[in-house]
Order: sequence, then C-alpha cells, then structure tokens
Amino acid sequence: MSSVLFDVPGPKARVRNVYLNIFTALVVVGIIGFILYRFYESGQFTAKKWEIFTFPLVQQKFLQAIGATLSAFGVAAIGSILLGVLLAFGRLADSKWVRIPCYWFTELFRAVPLLILMMIMYYGLPSVGVKGITPFIAVVVGLVLYNGSVLAEVFRAGIESLPKGQREAGFAVGLTKGQVMRTILLPQAVRSMLPVIIAQLVVIMKDTALGFLITYDEILKYANFLGSQGQYGSPLIPALMVTAAIYVGLCLILSGIAKYTESKMSSRVKVVKAVKVGIAG
Amino acid sequence: MNVLIDNSDLFLTGFKNTGILFVISAFFALILGTIVAGMRVSPAPAMRAAGTFYVNFVRNTPLTLILAFFALGYPKLGLPNISFMTAAIIGLSLYTATYVSEAIRSGINTVSVGQSEAARAIGLPFMQTLSLIVLPQAFRSVVPPLFSVFIALLKNTTVAAGFSVFEAGSIRAYLSERGEPLLPGLLWVALIFVVLVLGILTPLQRYLEKKWRVAR
Repeated sequence: MSSVLFDVPGPKARVRNVYLNIFTALVVVGIIGFILYRFYESGQFTAKKWEIFTFPLVQQKFLQAIGATLSAFGVAAIGSILLGVLLAFGRLADSKWVRIPCYWFTELFRAVPLLILMMIMYYGLPSVGVKGITPFIAVVVGLVLYNGSVLAEVFRAGIESLPKGQREAGFAVGLTKGQVMRTILLPQAVRSMLPVIIAQLVVIMKDTALGFLITYDEILKYANFLGSQGQYGSPLIPALMVTAAIYVGLCLILSGIAKYTESKMSSRVKVVKAVKVGIAG
Repeated sequence: MNVLIDNSDLFLTGFKNTGILFVISAFFALILGTIVAGMRVSPAPAMRAAGTFYVNFVRNTPLTLILAFFALGYPKLGLPNISFMTAAIIGLSLYTATYVSEAIRSGINTVSVGQSEAARAIGLPFMQTLSLIVLPQAFRSVVPPLFSVFIALLKNTTVAAGFSVFEAGSIRAYLSERGEPLLPGLLWVALIFVVLVLGILTPLQRYLEKKWRVAR
C-alpha cells in the first residue's frame, strides 16, 4: 500500500531488512517476555488463580455479564442510529427553527465526556427527584446521546457528499422532501458511510465498559469482583486477561463484519462499473 | 452558581489535574504514535506486523480496561510502585497513541506518490524520505484528525476518575461527600468541558487547519 516509500529491496536492503526483522522480533519478544515473566514471577499463572474460572457458576455469571454488555450495546446501537438519522434530517431541514437546535444538540453532546453524561443520568437526576434510573438506563441513554450525535454528523456528511442530481431527480419525479430523504438520499448515504458507521458501533461496544464506573453489572465489573476473591488468591490479573480476550473478540467480530460488508459492497460497485463499461462499449 | 463558588477548590484542582493528564499523555501519545506510524509503513515486515498488532489489539480494548490494568493489576506484579496519576498517564498514552498512529498513517497516504518517488530518485533512504519529505507534509494534513484525537483524549481523561486519580471526573464523588447538590455540580463540569472543547480546542483546530492548509 505505502510501498511507494521505499524501493523494491536489492541485495543490500534485503540483508538490512533481515537485521531489522531480527531486531524488531527481539524487542517484541523482550517486551512480551518481560510481561509474561513478571506475570509468572508474581504467580499469575498458578493453578490456584485460574481455578475459579473452572466453576460452572462463575462461567455462568461471566456469560450473564457478557449478556449485560451485549444488551446495553444492542439497545444503544439501535437508539444511536435512530437518533442519528433524526438529527441528520433535522440538520438538513429547511426551517432554521429545526436546523439550529439540532446543530447545538450534536455539538453539545459531542463535547461533553461520555462518563460525565452517564454520571448526570445516574447520580445527577435522582438527586433532583427523578426516579427509576437504573445503571442500565444511564449507560444506554448516555451512549445514545453521544453516539447519536456523532452518527448524525456521519449521516449528514454522507448525504451532503451525494451528487446534487440525486435529489433533483427525486423532486423531478414528484417526490416530497421527506420521500427524497428517506428513499433516495439516506440509503445511498448509509451505504457509502457503512465503514464509518460500523467503526462507531465498535466505539459503542468499547464504551459499554464505562458502565463499570457507574456500577452497571457488565464484564469488567464482574472481573473486578472475581479479582477481590481472597480465598482463590485474588485472581485480578487472570480475570482482566479473560475480560480483554472477550472484548477484543467481540470488537474483532464487529470489525470483521465491517470488512466483509465493505468488500461485498465494493465488489457490487465494481459490477455496476463493469455493466456501465459494457453498455459504453 | 453557588456550587461552583463554594467548591472552587475542588473544581480548580480537578481541572488542573485533568490538564496535567491531558498535556503529558498527549505528548507521549504523539511521540509513540509517530514511531508506530513509521513502523507501519517501514520496509521491514516484522516492524509492520508489530505495529499492526499493537494498534489492532489496543484499539479493540476498552480504555476502562486498560486503565484498570495499570491502576489495579500493575501493583500486583511486584514492580516498582507508581502513583495512580502515572498509571493513568501510561494507560491514556498507550491508548491514544494508536489513534495518533492511524491519523498519521492516513496522512502519509495523502502525500502524493510523486513526492516520495522524487525523494527516492535523488537517492534518499527510507528514513530520510519519511522524516524529511513525507512526514512534514503529512503532519499538515493530519492536523484536523489529530486534533479530533486530542479532543477525544481530553474527554477520555475523565475515565481516570474511576481509578483513584483526582480530576474533573471525580468532582462528583467529593461533592456528594460534602452534601452539595449533585446535578448542578455535574452540569458545571459538563459546561466547563463544553467550553474547553467548543470554545478553545475546536477554534484552534479550525485556525491551524486554515493556516497550514496545503495547496494541492
């Protein structure tokens, strides 16, 4: 991809690359080896610290925690996309009474740290008498407000990047503005912006871990709880390792879906191009 | 207004520490991110692989988990003690560096091919092509995305509040200890962040973007 930065290696460069490879491998092995050695030295790999993960109850609880993370993610993802579409339409509205509030909404909620939003929901609102705010609601509403605002910008950029002819053609065949938006512009914008949208979904997935800080019972909170179990040797680092593996796995699956859809769509675009060439020829 | 004035000591120290976290982490993230971006475009396959692994691994791990590892897990490894502040700075730098490296790498791709070809034609080796020709141009087009990364870093510093660092995110806990009204206090914290992001960083981003725009 960036092979323009260096020539095809000749004999000298190949030798140098071998040295560089060996050097890099040594440094990487050194760092990972040091971490593993410290883990080993401090007894993180002893059977006692991992025994707790073999209990069915613990595994069940882990699955429950994953379920809690995934349900917060699912609800927040759907909510963010809906809010994003609404705000994007609002920002493209003709009336400035709709446009300007929507602009400030997206700007404000993107500027406030997500954790502060969740704290306002979870600690702030009950202190003025709002009842029924569970950690789940606080996490989901925080995620929806923030990511909805980010996605609104994404959708808007997608719609504005479409050729003007699309909108004009829609009006020309007699569609209303709402119909043009819904049936002509939005589907194309979503398609061209899909990689960005799925990248934002990965962000939502990672940010569910903030729920740990406002006592939502997700994976990290359960790992922290396991880490405090003294009779099993306080296996905090093993628990964090398991948590990291779960999160990286979940996010990689999402990114994998993103790559898959992207490749599928670019192949479809290629087909369209091929058809066009065929017609022209 | 009363909450802010009565507890100005909390707000002042809180945001001072947020500033310290932000500036130091941004500094290290920029250095580490540039090195990793260089590794990811280097001629040696092992360097590219190491850079790619680091970026993919850290970017798919929640920041909360990374900070939990450095703040809660690290002390169990029997290494020299570090303060919670240092732990948070290490975690934030490692996390943000991956985003910096991705921003710089996409910036490298915007520098036209002719530039590096010309550099190679006059005989510059990879390091000089990168450091004298490509990166200086890439840094200019990288300014807007880099600023977005740093704005995200400023907001991410609040996560450190969960790991015993006293900064803007922990003001709430101290307010509730003092029995002060929580909602106004939290809204003040949010407002200060809005001012920092929309009032200072975003205009600065626009200004630098205009000033350093490359005519292509």
